[in-house]
Amino acid sequence: MNENLFASFITPMMFGLPLVTLIVLFPSLLFPTSNRLVNNRLISLQQWMLQLVSKQMMSILTPKGQTWALMLMSLILFIGSTNLLGLLPHSFTPTTQLSMNLGMAIPLWAGAVITGFRNKTKASLAHFLPQGTPTPLIPMLVIIETISLFIQPVALAVRLTANITAGHLLIHLIGGATLALMSINTTTALITFIILILLTVLEFAVAMIQAYVFTLLVSLYLHDNT
Amino acid sequence: SQDSKMASVVPLKEKKLLEVKLGELPSWILMRDFTPSGIAGAFQRGYYRYYNKYVNVKKGSIAGLSMVLAAYVFLNYCRSYKELKHERLRKYH
Repeated sequence: MNENLFASFITPMMFGLPLVTLIVLFPSLLFPTSNRLVNNRLISLQQWMLQLVSKQMMSILTPKGQTWALMLMSLILFIGSTNLLGLLPHSFTPTTQLSMNLGMAIPLWAGAVITGFRNKTKASLAHFLPQGTPTPLIPMLVIIETISLFIQPVALAVRLTANITAGHLLIHLIGGATLALMSINTTTALITFIILILLTVLEFAVAMIQAYVFTLLVSLYLHDNT
Repeated sequence: SQDSKMASVVPLKEKKLLEVKLGELPSWILMRDFTPSGIAGAFQRGYYRYYNKYVNVKKGSIAGLSMVLAAYVFLNYCRSYKELKHERLRKYH
């Protein structure tokens, strides 16, 4: 059990060819585009959801920040759909790989921060010192704020990776426990099975929440900097 | 009888797969367009065939999406069969 517990997190290759590219591209198949006013049910549902999310998330941003709407909406769609597809049996979830999440978090965070430094230099630098701090504390506080700034992309990536990986591992473990307990004591197996069902419901919620949190935080960093 | 003779002389290249006779199958396969744009065209045709039949209809149901997800699960199972076959229920592993 120890070896195959982590086997589902290995990057899928087939005969040396990166299958992972196809898996990362697969969610795009599920979001068709259309130029019509009235579409089929799938596209109408997706458009309604996208409008709901974009209105809620982009309304707090300034007009300059709202130019990021396409980027942030693609981000939440990608992370949400990838996480949800990872809950299907035997599938591979790209967002469990720290490399991928760092690749998403660092450019977005850096873009927001550099935009802030270029366009509103004084206000961006002012973020490093909260209002009303006593004078002796200033050097230490600037250091702490700098560290807190530079940890933002790492925290974004690690948060997503850890949440999704932990959820998948728990499902594997509790599922294996249910299977092993069935021959020993059926009642306990039943209780474990109920725990598995509750966990799966939780994982569906976590999949969507993590996408939302990632995108929300990027939009907040953007709000600070535009 | 003249009409039936003319109707059977359709060039092999333009016949669809189900109209090709079994003896002509190897030559039909070799005549297909295996250039990158040909393969891309084949994928595009397949995608739109599925999309227009099951999704892009007035009252599309959950079956259109579910069949895609079922195929995805099946392909992932095939991909990881090598590791999964060790997890069969056996007395001794």
